Amino acid sequence: MHELSIVASLFEILEAKARENQATKIVRVRLKVGKLAGVVPEFLQTAFDSYKQDTIAAASHLEIEEVPLKVRCRKCTAEIEKEDFVLVCPSCGSTDLEILEGMELLLDKIDLEI
Amino acid sequence: MSKKELIVREEILGSNKKVAAEIRGKMEAAGVLVVNLLSSPGSGKTTLLERIVETLKPTHPLAVIEGDIETERDADRIRRKGVPAWQITTGGACHLEAKMVGKLLPEIPAETKFLFIENVGNLVCPAGYDLGENLRCVLLSAPEGDDKPKKYPKAFATADCLIITKSDLIPYLPFDLEKAGNEALDLNPRLRIFVTSALKGRGIAELARYFIESRVNMIQHQRHA
Repeated sequence: MHELSIVASLFEILEAKARENQATKIVRVRLKVGKLAGVVPEFLQTAFDSYKQDTIAAASHLEIEEVPLKVRCRKCTAEIEKEDFVLVCPSCGSTDLEILEGMELLLDKIDLEI
Repeated sequence: MSKKELIVREEILGSNKKVAAEIRGKMEAAGVLVVNLLSSPGSGKTTLLERIVETLKPTHPLAVIEGDIETERDADRIRRKGVPAWQITTGGACHLEAKMVGKLLPEIPAETKFLFIENVGNLVCPAGYDLGENLRCVLLSAPEGDDKPKKYPKAFATADCLIITKSDLIPYLPFDLEKAGNEALDLNPRLRIFVTSALKGRGIAELARYFIESRVNMIQHQRHA
């Protein structure tokens, strides 16, 4: 349950971006959350909604896009979207896989009113 | 009033990663290998650390940072071994963050060769926070069960080594050592696995050797960089 501390870090970035752009309001916040990011989107939503009170993002809406785990096999170059976390290539059995997506915890876009 | 869509694409925990990278840089330059120990509460992190401290101390000065929600107990246990130890009490937070470790760096003695960080007992949240470590070790005690790696994938997927603890209890438990190891290797094929018993001394010398070798590799890697 570290979603609240993630939201606190998120608001540091949000407030800095709002200042840089001389925004009066943040109306939408879009995140990309990887399946292996270790974060529960519902908890993130709850933490966001309680944290946003009395901030520049008080009236904002949080959208979370969940990103599946995607890997590339370094041996046979196959790119695979995985349902589980078993890091074995289903095509050639190699364990030499590179994680392309699914670990991220990203602030993707924000909509501002200036 | 105008509306603007701003593309940010910034990591939310980017500031933690930045501090962690600074810690790693400073510690590597000072020849200190930083080890982050992760596990659920009660899996034997402090007891294992006591054995490791006893083994390494005669040849390698070391220091320990203890993370807990409350009390100085773990740091006291390490201090009793004659090793400098600092307690971070998070007051409820479920993990350590890099900036908490960063604040303590000026206090670490110059001759230190290893810094062990015992994270708050929790297999979920600490996995998301880089503390500037060179090695991340996840502990799994035999009584917890051999099915844990896939239930807590991130901790095992991001670790460098898996330390099975309390192995002296395996004969009394339905714990399949091979299954536990294979589950963890499925998630992370590069994982090094050590089987230990802090009570009986099993695997402690091998683990200490692994830490020493990792430090030598770190220093050599630095020279070539």
